[in-house]
Amino acid sequence: MNELRPRDIALTAPAALFLVAFMVAPLLLMVYVSTLERAPFGGVLWGSHTAVAYEKLLLERDLLGALSFNSDYIAIFARSFRLAAITTALTLAIGLPTALYMTTLSPRRAAIILFLVTVPFWTNLLVRNFAWILILRNGGQLDSLLLWLGITSQPLDILYTPWATGIGLTYSFLPFMILPVYVALERIDRRLIEAAFDLGADRLRVLTRVVLPLAMPGIVAGAVLVFVPCLGAYVSPELLGGGKSLMIGNLVQAQFGASRNWPFGAALALVLVLILLLSLALLALVRRRAERLS
Amino acid sequence: MTDAAVAISSVRKTFAGASQPALGGVSLDILKNEFFTLLGPSGCGKTTLLRMIAGFENPDSGAILLDGTAMARTPPNRRPVNTVFQSYALFPHMSVAQNIAFALEMLGRPRDAIRARVAEMMRLLRLDGLGDRRPAQLSGGQQQRVALGRALAPEPKVLLLDEPLSALDLKLRKEMQIELKRLQTETGITFVFVTHDQEEALTMSDRVAVMRGGAVMQIGRPADIYERPANLFVAEFIGEANLLPAICVDRTGHGGTFRLAGASDDDGAIAVADAGTLAPGQTATLVVRPERVALVPAQTTRLRGQAREAVYRGSDLMLHASLPGGAMLRARLPGDADVTALIGQVTGFAFPGDAVRAFAA
Ligand SMILES: Nc1ncnc2c1ncn2[C@@H]1O[C@H](COP(=O)(O)OP(=O)(O)O)[C@@H](O)[C@H]1O
Ligand SMILES: [Mg+2]
Repeated sequence: MNELRPRDIALTAPAALFLVAFMVAPLLLMVYVSTLERAPFGGVLWGSHTAVAYEKLLLERDLLGALSFNSDYIAIFARSFRLAAITTALTLAIGLPTALYMTTLSPRRAAIILFLVTVPFWTNLLVRNFAWILILRNGGQLDSLLLWLGITSQPLDILYTPWATGIGLTYSFLPFMILPVYVALERIDRRLIEAAFDLGADRLRVLTRVVLPLAMPGIVAGAVLVFVPCLGAYVSPELLGGGKSLMIGNLVQAQFGASRNWPFGAALALVLVLILLLSLALLALVRRRAERLS
Repeated sequence: MTDAAVAISSVRKTFAGASQPALGGVSLDILKNEFFTLLGPSGCGKTTLLRMIAGFENPDSGAILLDGTAMARTPPNRRPVNTVFQSYALFPHMSVAQNIAFALEMLGRPRDAIRARVAEMMRLLRLDGLGDRRPAQLSGGQQQRVALGRALAPEPKVLLLDEPLSALDLKLRKEMQIELKRLQTETGITFVFVTHDQEEALTMSDRVAVMRGGAVMQIGRPADIYERPANLFVAEFIGEANLLPAICVDRTGHGGTFRLAGASDDDGAIAVADAGTLAPGQTATLVVRPERVALVPAQTTRLRGQAREAVYRGSDLMLHASLPGGAMLRARLPGDADVTALIGQVTGFAFPGDAVRAFAA
C-alpha cells in the first residue's frame, strides 16, 4: 500500500497543489521576508539581508548601538501561551461535562444539541465578539443580570481586561472542544462501562479509569484545536481585551500595520509556527511511544 | 432458602414499547457451588434475567435475593456478582494484568495482595507470560480467559456468563467447556451460565433451566431434562427427538397403547409406559429419542416403516424411515452399521415403552 498509484496521485493532486500554492509558498515567502531589511514606510528592501528581525526578539539596541536583553516580546509570547492554556482548560472544563451529558441523551436530542453547538459558526466571528462587547460593557447585560440577582452592587468593569479576552476566546473555541470530545465519548463501547460497574467501580472511577482514558484521543484533539488557533487569536484580544494586553496575533498584525516592520512580523509569525510544530511533533512522539507500549 | 446463592421469585419485566413481556413471572433458585445454566432459544429472556441478577436491569415486579439479601435497588458495583460478557468487554487501554487487577483495585486491596492474586489468576487460567500484553494482542481464546480471570479475581459469590463461548470455534469451544467446568469446581463459585446451545448446557451443568418466551419451561438435572422432558417444547429443544402424531387407543394403569395418526388398525400400535392424563380417543404427540429406536425384523413387530435414507455422521448413522400415516422416524445406529440393503425396503422398528413420552397434542 506504500506505493502511489496514478489514481492516488490524481485524487490528492488538487489538495496538494492548493497547499503548495497557499500554504507552502507564502510560508517560504515569509521566511525570506524575515531575513530582509525593513523599508522605512512599510514593505521591505528586497535583496538586502539582515538578521535584525530575529535579534529584535530577544535584544534591544539603544541609541548608542549597544545591545541589551529585552524581555518584552518573550513576555507577550508567555502571555499568549498562558491565555491559550487557560482558554483550553476552560473549554475542557465546560466542554467535557457538556459532551458527557450529550452521550446520555437519545440520538434525537443529542443531534439537536450538536446542532446548537454549531449554530455560532453561522455568524461571523467579528459580529459575535461585538455582541460580547454589548454583554460585557459597563451597564451591559451581564452587569444588569448580576445586579438583578443581587450578586453585585456595581458594574464589574470587565470589558477591555484579560478576563473579557478569556471569556471571548472560551466562547469562540468551545465548539472545537465539544465536538471531538463528544465524538470520542460516543465511540466508547457502552459494554466497557457496564463491565467497569460490574467489577465494582463507582461512577467517579468509571469516569477516571475507563471513560476518560478511552476518550483521551478526542480530548487531545480538542485541546490542540483550541490551543493552536487561540495562540494566534487576533479578534478577541483586540475587541474584548481592548488591545491593551497584546497577544502574539495582535503583535504580528501591528508589525504589518502601524509599526511597518514586515521582517519582524514575519519573524514573529515564524517563531510561533516553529514552536507549534515542535510541540505537535513532541505530542505525536509521546503518543506513538504510549501506543507502542500498549 | 439459606443455601440458595441466587433466589429469583416472580420476576416480571416488560421493556418500554414491547408488546410481550421479556420475562413473565420467573421463579427459580440457584444453589451455592452450582453450575446452573439458563438455556433457551434466542430472545427468550436469558440475557435480561442475567442482567437483572447483575443489577443492570430492574424487575417491574418480583424480587431477586443474592445470598439471602434482597437486591432491590443495589447498583451493579455493590453486588457480590461479576459478569463474563459475550463480547468479553476487556478494557483495551489496560494490559492483561491491569484488567485482572481492576476489580481488586476497586475493592481497595493492598498492592501486594493484588499482585499475588493476579499472578494466581494468570496461572489458573494459563495466561502466564501474557501479563503485559494488551487485549488486542491476544487470540479469542486468550481474551476469553482474561475475561474469566478478571471476573473471578475478586472471588464473587456468583459468576454470570452470557454465552461466553459463542464467539469461539468448535474445537476451542469444547476445550473451554471443560476448562469452565474445571474452574467452577476448583473455585467453588456459583456459575450462572447462559447459552442457546443445548449440547453445551447438558455437558457442563449441574442443573439447567429451559426457557421460552420469558418463562421457565423446566428446571432439572441434564439427565432429567433429556430423559423426562416436561413438555413438547423441551423435548424438541433438547437433543434429537422423533415427534409422532398419535391417538390414544387404550389405557392400562399408568401405561397406554397408541396408534399412529393416519395409520390403519393393523399397524403402528405403540405401547407407552407412562401415558400421563391422556384418555382413549385423545390425540397426542409421542416423543422418542432416535438412539432408543432399534431396527428389528419386520415380522417381529407391528411398527413398520419404509427406510428412506441413511445419513452417515461419523460416530453414528441416522436412518430415516417413513411410517404409516406419513410421520418420519429416525433411528440412530452405530456408524459402521451397513444399511444400504435396507433402503427402499419395509423394515421393523422397536423401542421400549419407557423410552416414549406422550404429550397431549
Ligand atoms: N433494552 C431492551 N429494550 C427493549 N427490548 C429488549 C431490551 N433487551 C431485550 N429486549 C427484548 O426482550 C426479549 C428478551 O431478550 P434477551 O433477554 O436479550 O433474550 P436472550 O438473551 O434469551 O436472547 C427480546 O424480545 C428482546 O428483543
Ligand atoms: Mg442473550
